[in-house]
Amino acid sequence: MSFPLIGEAAAVAADARSVRELTGAKIGVITFPGSLDDRDAARAVRLAGGTAVALWHGDTELGDVDAVVIPGGFSYGDYLRAGAISRFAPLMSKIIDAANSDAKLPVLGICNGFQILTESHLLPGSMIKNDHLKFICRDQVLRVENNNTMWTSDYAAGQEITIPLKNQDGQYIADEKTLDALEAEGRVAFRYVGFNPNGSRRDIAGITNAAGNVVGLMPHPEHAVEAGYGPETVYSRETGVGGSDTDGLGFFTSVLNKLVGGAK
Amino acid sequence: MTISADTSKKFNIDTVENAAKTPDAELPWAELGLKEDEFGKVNEILRRRPTAAELAMYSVMWSEHCSYKSSKVHLRQFGDKVTDQMKEHLLVGIGENAGVVDIGDGWAVTFKVESHNHPSFVEPYQGAATGVGGIVRDIISMGARPVAVMDPLRFGAIDHPDTARLVHGIVSGIGGYGNSLGLPNIGGEVVFDSVYQGNPLVNALAVGVLRHEDIRLANASGVGNKVVLFGARTGGDGIGGASVLASESFDDAKPSKRPAVQVGDPFAEKVLIECCLELFKAAVVEGIQDLGAAGISCATSELASNGDGGMHVELTKVLLRDPSLTPGEILMSESQERMMAVVKPENVEAFEAILNKWDVEFSWLGEVTDTGRLIIDWDGETIVDVDPRTVAHEGPVYERPYQRPSWQDSVQADEFTGSVQDAGRPASSAELAAAVVELISSPNLCSKEWVTKQYDRYVQGNTALAMPDDAGVIRVDEETGLGVALSTDANGRYSYLNPYDGARAALAEAYRNVATSGAKPLAVTDCLNFGSPEDPEVMWQFAESVRGLSDACQELGVPVTGGNVSLYNQTGGVAIHPTPVVGVLGVFDDVARRTASGWKEDGQAIYLLGTTAAELNGSEWANLRGHLGGQPPKVDLGLERQLGEILVNASRDGMIDAAHDLSEGGLAAALVESSLRYGVGARVALEELLERDGIDLFTALFSESHGRAVVAVPRSEEVRFKDMCTARGFAHLRIGVVDAAGGQLEINGVDPLSLDALREANESVLPKYFD
Repeated sequence: MSFPLIGEAAAVAADARSVRELTGAKIGVITFPGSLDDRDAARAVRLAGGTAVALWHGDTELGDVDAVVIPGGFSYGDYLRAGAISRFAPLMSKIIDAANSDAKLPVLGICNGFQILTESHLLPGSMIKNDHLKFICRDQVLRVENNNTMWTSDYAAGQEITIPLKNQDGQYIADEKTLDALEAEGRVAFRYVGFNPNGSRRDIAGITNAAGNVVGLMPHPEHAVEAGYGPETVYSRETGVGGSDTDGLGFFTSVLNKLVGGAK
Repeated sequence: MTISADTSKKFNIDTVENAAKTPDAELPWAELGLKEDEFGKVNEILRRRPTAAELAMYSVMWSEHCSYKSSKVHLRQFGDKVTDQMKEHLLVGIGENAGVVDIGDGWAVTFKVESHNHPSFVEPYQGAATGVGGIVRDIISMGARPVAVMDPLRFGAIDHPDTARLVHGIVSGIGGYGNSLGLPNIGGEVVFDSVYQGNPLVNALAVGVLRHEDIRLANASGVGNKVVLFGARTGGDGIGGASVLASESFDDAKPSKRPAVQVGDPFAEKVLIECCLELFKAAVVEGIQDLGAAGISCATSELASNGDGGMHVELTKVLLRDPSLTPGEILMSESQERMMAVVKPENVEAFEAILNKWDVEFSWLGEVTDTGRLIIDWDGETIVDVDPRTVAHEGPVYERPYQRPSWQDSVQADEFTGSVQDAGRPASSAELAAAVVELISSPNLCSKEWVTKQYDRYVQGNTALAMPDDAGVIRVDEETGLGVALSTDANGRYSYLNPYDGARAALAEAYRNVATSGAKPLAVTDCLNFGSPEDPEVMWQFAESVRGLSDACQELGVPVTGGNVSLYNQTGGVAIHPTPVVGVLGVFDDVARRTASGWKEDGQAIYLLGTTAAELNGSEWANLRGHLGGQPPKVDLGLERQLGEILVNASRDGMIDAAHDLSEGGLAAALVESSLRYGVGARVALEELLERDGIDLFTALFSESHGRAVVAVPRSEEVRFKDMCTARGFAHLRIGVVDAAGGQLEINGVDPLSLDALREANESVLPKYFD
């Protein structure tokens, strides 16, 4: 059979050069009450060759981590605006400080994590309910608009990738001035291609801060890291696009490679 | 912790002492759903009149929903017909919160399907949401981490004005709750039929995984151990839900029953899941029970009667959302996201530390005793003093009269073939092509993506197959690839025509689906949805279905491990079709070998396994023509078992790349679905099949004979695959070849069907009605 079996793709990550070095890099994954994709983000870190460290929202010290992933979910139920309560977690203030410091802690916010990053003012804009008012789960094509961030450097500029999208409040909005500034500064990191699944302004799927250490997006790269468990890209009903079902792994190898050697 | 009941408020507290002194006090037993003789039995058991609180407990625990009083005498067959061989993989059987099945390497799986039909009609969003919540708590109670959910749904006619209200509410309720829990939704069914107009069926299945040593049971043992209630606070929602809602039919004359439906908080449940798993890991609970129907009444009486037989609790300690609740209401409340546990005194501190970490509220209600009595106090005065077994297990049991419906013979004699509705049966290549398009754009066979894309299928990262494949497949062990497959099925029309065979057919199809994905079927859960048991003809349908399903389980060697009965699904005297929903669990040594339903590789050979007879009675085609009569397709479980073995072996040995079972819509539906799955078509010729089975092209395409599947075989494997089928003496025929370039499904004798046109026809139906 010409299709990769589940499990065979773990090796994709192991660009043999740096397996040993990469495991030295520690990536924290924070869990809030209501986080859902935290264990999946940790798995993605491991499959990319790094070491995942579980962080608890109530902790007051960040500890010894080289980067942080804020995973998806419905923290505190998202009964208020998504992410509005989580931004006040004790550990978030440490993460906000570290991301803004000279050390420029790399931070990736996925889905609810992206919402938390905008609520924390690490990234501009906000997310509101999808324009069709329903939860949507689909395989989504994105274009990598900026490959010059800590989390995207293993992609080519303009590369199209397919990763799952699943959310209720995914419509990215910001005022026109902010959107113009994001475009002008090259801070639109990802754009939806072919289909805008939630009405996001200017098809924006994810953005970066000016320094490129903080990246947030609505789709889920951690669900496209293992063959057999990712999007059905080869013959995706939704996208019709060919490719691998491990397109999301690049997020995690990017930051690991940057952390370990600054190598691209 | 914080406020509990406001004991300064003057209720008219009806104590045990008071009950003894005032034997003639009027009690609202009829309003609470008890029959006169049942109320008499309560008096007899207590040798006095019950207190108001006791009456609340008995009425709710003796309701049909909680006591299975009409179904019990029939359900015994599931236990009686289990052989030692069937028990081989069974770690926990019927009777606990959910059954537990050994899947090897020290891993176990627990799974169960339940109904939330009546609440979902009254309040679709909350009814469906709390249906998911309730079944997930059953899974947690066994000590397992929930890993997936599935939802078999049945609605009224797709174009009825009320259907959109139910579809929107129920689908978003299931998604809103399940998605927020981080549970992938991996399958289910969506069926439209006017018989479900006033009684939609919302069944929810959950599956969890655990290590053998982690199994937890619902019993309160160890005198002096503490009883704790934790999770959400107790409010006024769902009061009397179990007895009033689930056990009575809807009737226009009665007022709206909205307040009796529970309201869900998925965030509270997600926290409860993680909190419970941490409690289990720390080994600080001795027994645990979720609070579902009948709330504290059920939890205290079941824990006590399954353990050392006694419990003493103080009801004012219960944390309330609404301090004005009376003791009876507190006992009956069905507020969601609550659990009750039994904890040794030395573990109390560790228990509290874990609950505090997760910000989960708790209150210590009392302790386990060896008195054989369940004693409940209200501010120090005894308001309940009962033998818990009489509440939980020794409720009334009815031998309801049953009788074969007078119309059954005439319905069975009314064959589709030759009927008025069969006039002008498609025959020309253009007519057949139009018929295929009509079939796959019908409400029941159209794409259900409008529904399933509202569910998260990716979360947890272990979903190897999900809808629209034949079964949902979940990896259990990331190291070895050990995993499980699950499928649910039912066909109400078959069951209406012949309830015994209909139940067998439901099992056959779920079993076939699981085998089609490549998993070995191991165990069964069922949700038996029927009309009123007080109607002897409905009771006959129920009895026949249970007999059929239990016989079929024995024949296939797969035991029922648990499930649920939902009766009184009828409106204005008209019952739903008998609808026994059957869920089958299968196991894979390595889910990497799972088989998807869609064709992928150009040039692979397409084989049809099994034989086709002219069996159109009860079919989707007959349904489209407005006909329901005759005997449904024959079920041969020996053939199903053989077919299952072929599919599992072929998958394990890499002989097939795709497989799809034939069921509703027959070969036509299967060919279209396998083509559309990945947008890869095929060229098919059925001449040999027509000759071998003595049928015409229409029958070959639309008959719903059981025991069939289509598979795609790589060229390199064809000889080996054919040899395997021949050696087993199983009918197999090469009917075509996968064609990746053509962009169409080409069947000799049928006008070519472009995949784009098929997709449009298939996928536009639900958006047309519901967007």
